[in-house]
Amino acid sequence: MGYFYQINFYIFGLLAIASALAFVTRKSPVAAALWLVNTMFCLSALYIMMDAQFIGAIQVLVYAGAIMVVFLFVVMLLNLGHPSDIADMRGTWGKLIAAGIGVVLLAQILVIQRQRLPRIVPDVEAPRNVITGIAQPLFNEYLLAFEVTSVLLLAAIVGAVLLAKRRG
Amino acid sequence: MTELALLALQVTDPLRLPNLVPFMIFTVIKMITVFTVTLVGVALLTLAERKISAWIQDRHGPNRVGPGGLLQPAADGLKNIMKEETYPDAAYKPIFILAPMLAFIPALLTFAVIPFASPISTRWGRIDMVVADLPIGFLYILALTSLGVYGIVLAGWSSNNKYSLLGGLRSSAQMVSYEISMGLSTVAVLLVAGNVSLNEIIFQQATTVWNFFGLTIAFFIFLVAAFAETNRLPFDLPEAESELIAGYHTEYSAMKFSMFFIAEYSNMVTASALIATLFFGGWDIPFTLWDNQAPWTIWKTLATATAFSVKVLFFLFFYMWVRWTLPRFRYDQLMSLGWKFMLPVALVYVIVIAALLLWLDWLGIRPGAMWGAILGGVNVMLAAILFVMLDHGKLISPASSRAQADRLARLRAMGVRPALTPDSVH
Repeated sequence: MGYFYQINFYIFGLLAIASALAFVTRKSPVAAALWLVNTMFCLSALYIMMDAQFIGAIQVLVYAGAIMVVFLFVVMLLNLGHPSDIADMRGTWGKLIAAGIGVVLLAQILVIQRQRLPRIVPDVEAPRNVITGIAQPLFNEYLLAFEVTSVLLLAAIVGAVLLAKRRG
Repeated sequence: MTELALLALQVTDPLRLPNLVPFMIFTVIKMITVFTVTLVGVALLTLAERKISAWIQDRHGPNRVGPGGLLQPAADGLKNIMKEETYPDAAYKPIFILAPMLAFIPALLTFAVIPFASPISTRWGRIDMVVADLPIGFLYILALTSLGVYGIVLAGWSSNNKYSLLGGLRSSAQMVSYEISMGLSTVAVLLVAGNVSLNEIIFQQATTVWNFFGLTIAFFIFLVAAFAETNRLPFDLPEAESELIAGYHTEYSAMKFSMFFIAEYSNMVTASALIATLFFGGWDIPFTLWDNQAPWTIWKTLATATAFSVKVLFFLFFYMWVRWTLPRFRYDQLMSLGWKFMLPVALVYVIVIAALLLWLDWLGIRPGAMWGAILGGVNVMLAAILFVMLDHGKLISPASSRAQADRLARLRAMGVRPALTPDSVH
């Protein structure tokens, strides 16, 4: 079981990284968006391997399913020109700053790695009732916060519609 | 290696799940079976569609290839493979090629979590008749149906053709809209079952009542949403041939076109299987608990698989029946049906059912015959109220309502002549 697990972990992990790289390097917006969807998929596979099936499903449902479809919709409607017209790497300074941030990020990852190696295989068998564990705190302890957040999102949607209407 | 062989040969408790190696072997067998049955079924469904349309329109239908036209799908498949694959100059090729695959894969993957028969006890343990018995079964289905739109949208966009793009945009708007009502309508099912595992949902229906009798309104909303999600008539606006030539697959030829075709039919199979599972007890045989109890034999599995197939085939027939009976919706009607009718009704329904379940729990009525009777009674009442309101045009206004008397009078006063009416013709 351990080997099987490890092999899958590396396959999906490498795929996720590769798709993420493709996502930032592609120049066509639609291709980039599709690579991002692929990254989401690999992340979801990793969640499921950690027995966090609920988060895995939600990852696909919300990010890959809902958000990315709307995103593609907008990209297609705007039809952001041909890939060759768009160049987003601008100027030497931009590249230098990006490289600097990248080095800092790498250093941080190395420091974290030194402290404790993340375990790949979880020790405990996950319970069959996956959703209860999330639903209990959400609807008991944090009920108020949960409801207030949903009202906030609703207000944001109504606000967006209002702004769009006023503009037109 | 010897350890693995010992593990495989070990005889375990017939009620427990098998060990890793037999589990893997059985899973592969189930995968191949489900894949083959679905694809062969899809091929036969294309024939069934043409035969049923012929029957409804009083024709013979395809009857030249093989006995009674039975080999027509094989001939069609051969033709599609031999035809030339065309690539439009303006198309964005990688996505143009990717799109048919993306349309096809989610439809097949969804079937992985649908239980299609009762389990079998073998000497290696109990084998569940489902490819992957996920504890989050239902969420997996929702996640995959939300991906079905990619194939169509990308096909429309990458063809670089205005009709294709319009078809793709229509489909994404339609599928995103109906997905919400579909998800909400199933919340009631999940509330009643108290679980998202499809096996649990089937077991709950077998021990109380089928959800169709307890949650009829949820069933109707799910049914309509399923039609919209599969882009079938009366909601086939993405490919409306009278307006968009063929919509998103205008530029596709040969096998790539065929892939969209196969995807549509696989989606129908999956949707029918889901309707059967969520609202008609899945593989449960009605009026008996014989099939839901422990000595799991091969006969039980065969009997329940037959029961499941009959239910699925009925809904497949229903799909075709509707296609050859109803006209296509207008686009604004489609959108207002989704957002102004189905979404609010589904939302209110969730609240009503949740309150009812809470009340039953408070009264101390456990799921059983009494519980089912109360749920069924309330359901009949709710359905009656909803359909009376529908019938009186309070919820959906008809496409062309008869002009009101005062409005007609105002039009006449403005000097507008009404169109010819029987009494104005002389």
